[in-house]
Amino acid sequence: MLNGKVALVTGASRGIGQAIALELARLGATVVGTATSEEGAARISAYLGVAGLKGEGAVLEVRDAAQVDALLAQIEKTHGAVAILVNNAGITRDNLAMRMKDEEWEAVIDTNLKAVFRLSKAVMRGMMKARSGRIINVTSVVGHSGNPGQANYCAAKAGVAGMSRALARELGSRNITVNCVAPGMIETDMTQGLDDKLKEAMLASIPLGRLGAPQDVAAAVAFLASPAAAYITGTTIHVNGGMLME
Amino acid sequence: MSSIEERVKKIVAEQLGVNEADIKNESSFVDDLGADSLDTVELVMALEEEFECEIPDEDAEKITTVQQAIDYVLAHQK
Repeated sequence: MLNGKVALVTGASRGIGQAIALELARLGATVVGTATSEEGAARISAYLGVAGLKGEGAVLEVRDAAQVDALLAQIEKTHGAVAILVNNAGITRDNLAMRMKDEEWEAVIDTNLKAVFRLSKAVMRGMMKARSGRIINVTSVVGHSGNPGQANYCAAKAGVAGMSRALARELGSRNITVNCVAPGMIETDMTQGLDDKLKEAMLASIPLGRLGAPQDVAAAVAFLASPAAAYITGTTIHVNGGMLME
Repeated sequence: MSSIEERVKKIVAEQLGVNEADIKNESSFVDDLGADSLDTVELVMALEEEFECEIPDEDAEKITTVQQAIDYVLAHQK
């Protein structure tokens, strides 16, 4: 289904990013997954290799514009232009707003919002020339619902959703779609760290009564990357077990 | 080897989907040839590739007619 397409997935060494990289590769894409460390990149190459899939891991700090340019040039040389970009890399620096330091605000905005624009801009030229492309941004239910202690994270994720709609309008005439997938509570390292009481309270608010699996999110991303989603742009698919409904 | 002028007009025709015969030196991409803002960005990309140069954004914004494109290429030829 995605044979011959090059997919770039940021933050792919574990959790949701890993599930997305594997799913896109299973559908035939050549996947370049990024991680901030050599070990992470090696892990990506390993899980793709073990599964007999095309692609590899690469080291990328998404906040570093020079690294982004260098990686994109390298991908174009080895595999060809990126046809599918999945902006998945993200961090949290939770704190009550009253106590939130500038560094905590800026780190999250830099990685979760600015870098998404940077990556998107970097792949646009190739997509415009190809007259086709898919940009898929992994946001979050809390970008829509809000969450105490996450003013920075919620701002970044809501910002990405707004930016996606603007890009969808800008790039639509070139057959490039831009969409978001907003996970709810998914079982990953990020949610494992949460306090048990908080987790229980959150479970009570999920109609489907369970946390989601990374695979649940990957399936929505794969759909948006597939030919079946050709007429969908500027929207968000919520993958949250009913935790938030529009 | 065709002249710079011919090459520029050929690219404009391809990018904007207009007839080469309809392209005059004084033609404005937007007002006369029906380009939208994204078309002009793509046109600059195509010029960069054809003439193997990099056109900075601040220069690109000033290229609004066929003649300006020709002049730019002539002035910045390697």
